[in-house]
Amino acid sequence: MATLAVRRAPLGGFSFENCKRNSILESEASKVGFSVPTARKTGTTICGVVFKDGIVLGADTRATEGMVVADKNCSKIHYISPNIYCCGAGTAADTEMTTQIISSNLELHALSTGRQPRVATANRMLKQMLFRYQGYIGAALVLGGVDCNGPHLYSIYPHGSTDKLPYVTMGSGSLAAMAVFEDRYKTGMEEEEAKQLVRDAIAAGIFNDLGSGSNIDLCVITKGNVDYIRPHDEANKKGVRHGELEGVQLTGDYRYKRGTTAVLSKVVNPLDLELLEETVQTMDTS
Amino acid sequence: LGLKMLSAQNFGESGKMKEYHYAGPTEHRFSPYAFNGGTVLAVAGEDFAIVASDTRLSEGYSIHSRDSPKCYKLTDTTVLGCSGFHGDCLTLTKIIDARLKMYKHSNNKTMTSGAIAAMLSTILYSRRFFPYYVYNIIGGLDEQGKGAVYSFDPVGSYQRDTYKAGGSASAMLQPLLDNQIGFKNMEGVEHVPLTKDKAVQLVKDVFVSAAERDVYTGDALRICIVTKEGIEEQNIPLRKD
Repeated sequence: MATLAVRRAPLGGFSFENCKRNSILESEASKVGFSVPTARKTGTTICGVVFKDGIVLGADTRATEGMVVADKNCSKIHYISPNIYCCGAGTAADTEMTTQIISSNLELHALSTGRQPRVATANRMLKQMLFRYQGYIGAALVLGGVDCNGPHLYSIYPHGSTDKLPYVTMGSGSLAAMAVFEDRYKTGMEEEEAKQLVRDAIAAGIFNDLGSGSNIDLCVITKGNVDYIRPHDEANKKGVRHGELEGVQLTGDYRYKRGTTAVLSKVVNPLDLELLEETVQTMDTS
Repeated sequence: LGLKMLSAQNFGESGKMKEYHYAGPTEHRFSPYAFNGGTVLAVAGEDFAIVASDTRLSEGYSIHSRDSPKCYKLTDTTVLGCSGFHGDCLTLTKIIDARLKMYKHSNNKTMTSGAIAAMLSTILYSRRFFPYYVYNIIGGLDEQGKGAVYSFDPVGSYQRDTYKAGGSASAMLQPLLDNQIGFKNMEGVEHVPLTKDKAVQLVKDVFVSAAERDVYTGDALRICIVTKEGIEEQNIPLRKD
């Protein structure tokens, strides 16, 4: 099994042991009328931009299960190392676990080299792992950070290809976000300008793509400082009407009185317990 | 080293390896239907009826329009809400309008809500083997002036209800209506008849909740309130994401 144990590197290529089992399971399941469980996707807008002093990463916060919103405020900007962060689109479990695995390996690597980790290293580790799984790990990532060689931004695709670019977008809302970037991106922007640009790109994805929504998270990485702004912009609030006066009762009252849920029967089993021994152990809370 | 590229496609149904790697003939099909999203809701009261729908028209992951209401005024006492495939919604409403005119000219009176419901059932069933992909709900006043709601399936089966939700978020709205209007699953609660204002507030709140969790529902809410005075329309903004 191609598990990710650090002690032994996997022997050449993808392990196809489970393919036979999976096809048997799929046909068995369809005979009985069940379908194989599908993974939850995030249906996302993520993007990143290089500016004068570093990187700005942005993401929306909606996670969908089919066309139903599963999580209205999930976090899509993942920690890789103190100077490197990664946005993830695609299968939620895949982005979460992949970034955690690489973060862990990168920390061990940094301790071994005695140096601050480089973005190119994280990129190389991610692409080698994703290629090994031949696209079966559905993680599309935007990796950004600042290291000793300056700011770097990469986009990483599920099959393992990467692009090193000054501005990138991924996810179902990537077209909407890229439209904004292609219109207004310039090299050497100031921090506020870059934050506004990323905010607007994610907002385009949120309002024009059904798979993205809710709030806008930003992560600004510069040399020696990271600003993880969650949320940067609460673009959509529940049940708030735009331009309404304050103090107006917006929603009805749906509280239930005690006893609304019927108790059909009640069984009480008293437990006859005998106190055998009592000891006190003090805890050192200093 | 004769390495062979393997994948799940190389194994057949029983788990045995397939002899060859020929993908097989692929069939391309044109689908005459599309799903354009949208949610419709109707509530009947003592002397009023409410038909409400969101105004978002979508396809796949994109939005076609943020201002395409799904309530269609048929007569002074009847409103039809239809969601599903927008092409069939438009055609169906055109056919119903024409049939209403024909009835008016032959019988010298406007069709009642019950008559419209019966007629819609026959129109839908006439296309039993190439259905109109539309989920219909009629809301209006019956001959006695009481509120009436008729809900349909795509091939014409219908029944009179007190309240009904249809469309993409119907599975989320219907249980809430069962509890708040039908007083289901509640003990010791007084069955207060629904007032017009309380019903309108409930409809607004229910759509706000639907817009939170259903990606196809949002943008704005159009409410049509049918009373003997006529049809009043209200527009409430919803989440646009």
